[in-house]
Amino acid sequence: MTNPHRPLEAEVVERIQESPTIFTLRLRFTDPEQHAAYSFAPGQFNMLYLYGVGEVPISIVSDPEDVHLFDHTIRAVGRVTKGLAQLEAGDRLGIRGPYGRGWPLELAEDRDVMIVTGGLGCAPVVSVINYVMRRREQFRRLVIMQGVKHSDDLIWRSQYTHWSGLPETQVLVAADEGAALWPWHVGHVTDLFDRVEMDFSTAVAMMCGPEGMMRAAIEQLHARGMGEDNLFLSMERSMKCAMGLCGHCQRGGQFVCKDGPVFSYTQVKPLFGVRGF
Amino acid sequence: MQTLLDALREAGYRCVGPQLRDNAIVYDELGDTSQLPQGVRDRQAPGSYRIEIDAGPRHFSWATGPQALKPFLFAPQEILWRAEREPDNTIRFVDTPVSSTPLAVIGVRACDLAALRLQDRHFLEGPFADPHYGARRENLFLVAVHCSHPADTCFCASTGDGPRAEQGFDLALNELDDGYLLQEGSERGAAIAAKLALSPASDAQRDAAEREIEQAAQQQTRALPSRTLRDALFANLSHPRWDDVAERCLSCGNCTSVCPTCFCHSELDDASLDGSQSEHVREWDSCFTAGHSHIHGITLRDDTPKRYRQWLTHKLGSWHDQYGRSGCVGCGRCISWCPVGIDITEEVAAICGENGS
Repeated sequence: MTNPHRPLEAEVVERIQESPTIFTLRLRFTDPEQHAAYSFAPGQFNMLYLYGVGEVPISIVSDPEDVHLFDHTIRAVGRVTKGLAQLEAGDRLGIRGPYGRGWPLELAEDRDVMIVTGGLGCAPVVSVINYVMRRREQFRRLVIMQGVKHSDDLIWRSQYTHWSGLPETQVLVAADEGAALWPWHVGHVTDLFDRVEMDFSTAVAMMCGPEGMMRAAIEQLHARGMGEDNLFLSMERSMKCAMGLCGHCQRGGQFVCKDGPVFSYTQVKPLFGVRGF
Repeated sequence: MQTLLDALREAGYRCVGPQLRDNAIVYDELGDTSQLPQGVRDRQAPGSYRIEIDAGPRHFSWATGPQALKPFLFAPQEILWRAEREPDNTIRFVDTPVSSTPLAVIGVRACDLAALRLQDRHFLEGPFADPHYGARRENLFLVAVHCSHPADTCFCASTGDGPRAEQGFDLALNELDDGYLLQEGSERGAAIAAKLALSPASDAQRDAAEREIEQAAQQQTRALPSRTLRDALFANLSHPRWDDVAERCLSCGNCTSVCPTCFCHSELDDASLDGSQSEHVREWDSCFTAGHSHIHGITLRDDTPKRYRQWLTHKLGSWHDQYGRSGCVGCGRCISWCPVGIDITEEVAAICGENGS
């Protein structure tokens, strides 16, 4: 039996500082054969191991067809992520993965696609945006909604600007608190649904972010006629093993690590918003 | 019994069996039948476990002690792998092998066999089989003893998991005053049995053995409702009883430690002082700890009502979604070893109604 707990060695090829606390690590496995054999789907995640400190689950943000490198965008907030923030090009770390179920991209084909994210919730979904952009003819309109607490928290600012200029693409960004030269909305991202130009009745929505924000967005989408079957959410829970063994990510009858992290809304609805689950 | 132990040792097994230690019956290395707890009874009640000596001839006239099979397979603490850092900062990941000495456990009860089946499903039958658990499981030989002396805290008859050991053993024994009845449960068991000088059991002995198992079922006064409790529990997430039980619950996690089916664990890294290597360790964790539900600054279950509710709704409710049955095998350990005597059967009755409705 091979040991599924054991990571593989990977190398930091590039490190990008996205904001004061958010950074991106661009990685490749040091063994070329392992690197060639590695593949993932948008929405899946890896366990990143910082030598001597521990592991954390982080979603993969790059495009699955980029065979050269895979990227993780991380907020330095805990013991491991603060350590990962110190890594530089050439440093080594451990990678296990990919884990979990990703976004329902086949279901979204030939439909309008809506992305609603809050804070660093944009990271698990940026791979979907890139995926759609690279296969533009397979999808209809793309609506990207991103909310942050403070305008300084917005990462990939130039990306949003770039995307907003593309055909059949609408970008709606909001910050609870704005600053000078903030070109987008000040307030909640969920205030902006009236501006959305999309066929709500058939569109597929993919969301990731604080559960309160997702709840508010779901209400807005319901009110505009979006069916529950077309709503998908990426959930976040504590994870130690990522394989459905350690029990930390249990949510009712689900293990978020293997049954998710992407769920259809109907799967999460019974306990959605119930504190303690 | 001694000839059985000798045959197992000859076949290469390390034997462990019940022994009296620190006023409790625990599993430990067993070389000689004189180490077995002869004439020892236990008296269990909510929050209480006491040993009594009755001077009888039997070795297995007791109910479950604090341990189940769990620690033998899902170790309380073990190293999953080791990372070694070379001077040029490259990292090597190294497997840590599991001891391959076969282990025979003597005196396993039906409830613990049922729990083992659930742990097998969790650790071996998902998308990622655990190699550490798997290596130990492959080398495990089980000698069951059908239960004839349930404790007051036992309720295996109501969960369908005992007192008779139905399956999952290599050999099973009925203990009578004048000896043992032996039953084969696997080819490995039959091979060991073939080495023993056995005589056929009499009808009277068979009848007596059957009667003892039936009595063991009838003696049980506690019970869980026989139907699936998932819907009833999740329909009662705001029941005032959660706050009531949390007033008493210490959030200590004893129930999860003694539970033979609880599988939650944490992982941590233990680096050497010189930084040349780091061990990645797995150790038992409990949903009663604050860290269990912690994500970057948020603790999802930040008080005891939410933690007890998580434990009970998982064990008796959402376990059905994950493993097709309840996670409770009726061993009663969580009742006896709860420092404040919280009784799972009483809490369920209060939350779901006496009939679990």
